[in-house]
Amino acid sequence: MTRADVAAVILWTGATLYAIFGGADFGAGFWDLIAGDAEKGKRPRALIQRSLTPVWEANHVWLIFILVVLWTAFPDAFGAIMSTLYVPLTLAAFGIVLRGAGFAFRKSFRSLQIQRALGATFALSSVLTPFFMGTVVGAIAAGNVPPGGGDAFSSWLAPLPLLVGAMFVLSGAYLAAVLLIGDVRRAGETDLEGYFVRRALVAALLAGAFAVAGIFALHSEARYVFDRLVDQGLPLVIISALCGLGVLASLLRGWRRPLRPLAAGAVAAVIWGWGVAQFPYLLPTSLKISQSAAPPDTLASVIVVFLVAAVVVLPALGLLYWLSQRDLVGE
Amino acid sequence: MTDLLAARELMAFTLGFHIVLACIGVAFPAIILTANYLGLKRGDEDAMRLARRWSKVAAVTFATGAVTGTVLSFEFGLLWPRFMERFGDAFGIAFAVEGIFFFTEAIFLAIYLYGWKRLGGWAHFWSGVPMVVAGIGGAFSVVTANSWMNTPQGFVLDAAGKVVDTDPLEVLFNPAWVYEVPHMILAAYMVAGFLVASVYAVGMLRGRRDRLHRLGLLIPLTIALIATPIQFFVGDTAAREVADHQPAKFAAMECIDETGADQTEYIGGICTASGVRAAIGIPGLDSYLVGFSKNTEVIGLNDIPPDERPPANTLLHLSFDAMVGIGTAFLALGAWLAFVWWRRREIPRTRWFLRAVAVSGAAAILALWCGWIVTEVGRQPWIVQGYMRTSEAVTGAQGIWFVFAAVVVLYTALGAAAIFVLRTLSRRWREEGDEAAIETPYAPEAPAT
Repeated sequence: MTRADVAAVILWTGATLYAIFGGADFGAGFWDLIAGDAEKGKRPRALIQRSLTPVWEANHVWLIFILVVLWTAFPDAFGAIMSTLYVPLTLAAFGIVLRGAGFAFRKSFRSLQIQRALGATFALSSVLTPFFMGTVVGAIAAGNVPPGGGDAFSSWLAPLPLLVGAMFVLSGAYLAAVLLIGDVRRAGETDLEGYFVRRALVAALLAGAFAVAGIFALHSEARYVFDRLVDQGLPLVIISALCGLGVLASLLRGWRRPLRPLAAGAVAAVIWGWGVAQFPYLLPTSLKISQSAAPPDTLASVIVVFLVAAVVVLPALGLLYWLSQRDLVGE
Repeated sequence: MTDLLAARELMAFTLGFHIVLACIGVAFPAIILTANYLGLKRGDEDAMRLARRWSKVAAVTFATGAVTGTVLSFEFGLLWPRFMERFGDAFGIAFAVEGIFFFTEAIFLAIYLYGWKRLGGWAHFWSGVPMVVAGIGGAFSVVTANSWMNTPQGFVLDAAGKVVDTDPLEVLFNPAWVYEVPHMILAAYMVAGFLVASVYAVGMLRGRRDRLHRLGLLIPLTIALIATPIQFFVGDTAAREVADHQPAKFAAMECIDETGADQTEYIGGICTASGVRAAIGIPGLDSYLVGFSKNTEVIGLNDIPPDERPPANTLLHLSFDAMVGIGTAFLALGAWLAFVWWRRREIPRTRWFLRAVAVSGAAAILALWCGWIVTEVGRQPWIVQGYMRTSEAVTGAQGIWFVFAAVVVLYTALGAAAIFVLRTLSRRWREEGDEAAIETPYAPEAPAT
């Protein structure tokens, strides 16, 4: 494995963590959006707020991580993506500002109207932001992002990118519902459990349906990725499907312990399946990982930084998640 | 107007907004922990209350800063794709390092906020210390990336101008980091210190002269005033180094037209093609400041090719003078406080002292912006000094003015909301006490007891 390949693995690790933690974070906003009027949605919204508060910031640092690794280790690919997909990326950036501001400030206001407006801002941008990010991923997989730049609109306004955008929203919603089932129990609000179980089921089924549709779209728009996905990537596709079925079974049978790992596994397997399917390309089929890679010493520093981060940041992050989970128990 | 100008204005606006929050993020933790330390050491309940309140304020500013910082990392690519494409592998290294620090600070801020009443006194204090270290480390990484743009090194280019080899340590420790990084970290401590102190000065001017307000004024003000003389020394060194590393920037900010010895130092005025107008000139001082001798030769704009001269010399010159002028006023403020404290162990009684502190926060921010105008506009037309022009780096995308307008609206709302939330916090603390059910972006719903 070359240093460039290791850097690509680091990039994909960041993408996986963002898809899981950031995705769940966005998904919680999705459930907030459709929780109904102020009276009906009060308790689920309060639970969502409590679950997100300590971690929402850290969850999104993974995005910065992805951007930094991409521009440092694979500057050509970064330049191509940024100069082609600036429309969805700009919209996603606006979404991030609105979402962060809406969430951070909502509970500081006491006026119900302002709380509502900010809550709606948070929730709506929680849906739009992952959608636009999904179109970026879809456009890359479809091979619409050549080095030097592609078309600003037709690159992402195509069936596959739009489908991937929808999948991003749904998989986030699915992850969030599953995570919230656990938080409901910790918070002792067991009567909300059924509420999130039903939502998790619906989201799981929808995400599964979109995944199947996505495979058809891949077949027609991203033949290179499709061919390798059903070949080298097949084990990962199967793992993802099995995890998804496992989640469904657990939801229906009332098993709670395997829910989180299975749900996260289903998403992670898709991300890695995508990676395997487009290997050795970073931008299929125009830019290989090796062609786009930075000089060896830059790659070495990215790898060293990643290792240091693993040693320094991960234990601290673990401590934070542990503290926040413990707090839900109440003292 | 061209899209290059739109891109530059958008970058300047978003950076100018973010950098105020970044300063607070870098330096506020140390101010909070100072209050926390005094509170624990002396059993000072007022100091503890300040630390508790300030940490909630930090949650609001940090959350806002994280959002505006994320926008900047998008902008690098969205506005300057050609720059990132060509130099991302060198320029990016510092940002990879920065990621660790930012992540660490975010995590420990959350832990510190959660730690009130959950961790024991000193354990809680120590849980905040990583924030201070991470703030300084993060400032180093980001500013060293900027200093690399001013004094680029640590890479090898092929015939096509593509980076083919890098030396990460040379990139990180480029010549300008030695003065840019300390200059910025001290600036962060000054901005945060004066800003917090100015809030309490306003409170005292309104008649709230209790011990909490005096302490809330003194702790941050002392920290900022200690940083001020050190900043003078660092800034003076920086100016000399700029004269050496970037003569075009130096000539523009000092309005030097002709290369030569015995250069006049101009204070204020307008730089024109036929010399400086309406300035106070001190003969020979500029040469003396650059090389400690009247005979020091200083390069003038006549020796810089016209297409490599920075634009807007008057802006650069006045920005530089404003920054130095504000710094000098801070020095005087420090001397005033030190003298009265030495004689009477108290804050100067006159309202003029409080008025001066009350405007110091805004003045510090103004000086900060002026300093960055000198650094950034002074580097133009280069994005990477001597290697790549800003016009070569800019995106081909259209509609940047439109995005700029949207960003101005959005950031105005963001800033207004942040200030409104902070004012609401302060009012509720005053009216309802510290246990008022106040929600901040990280802290739990209600403090567990």
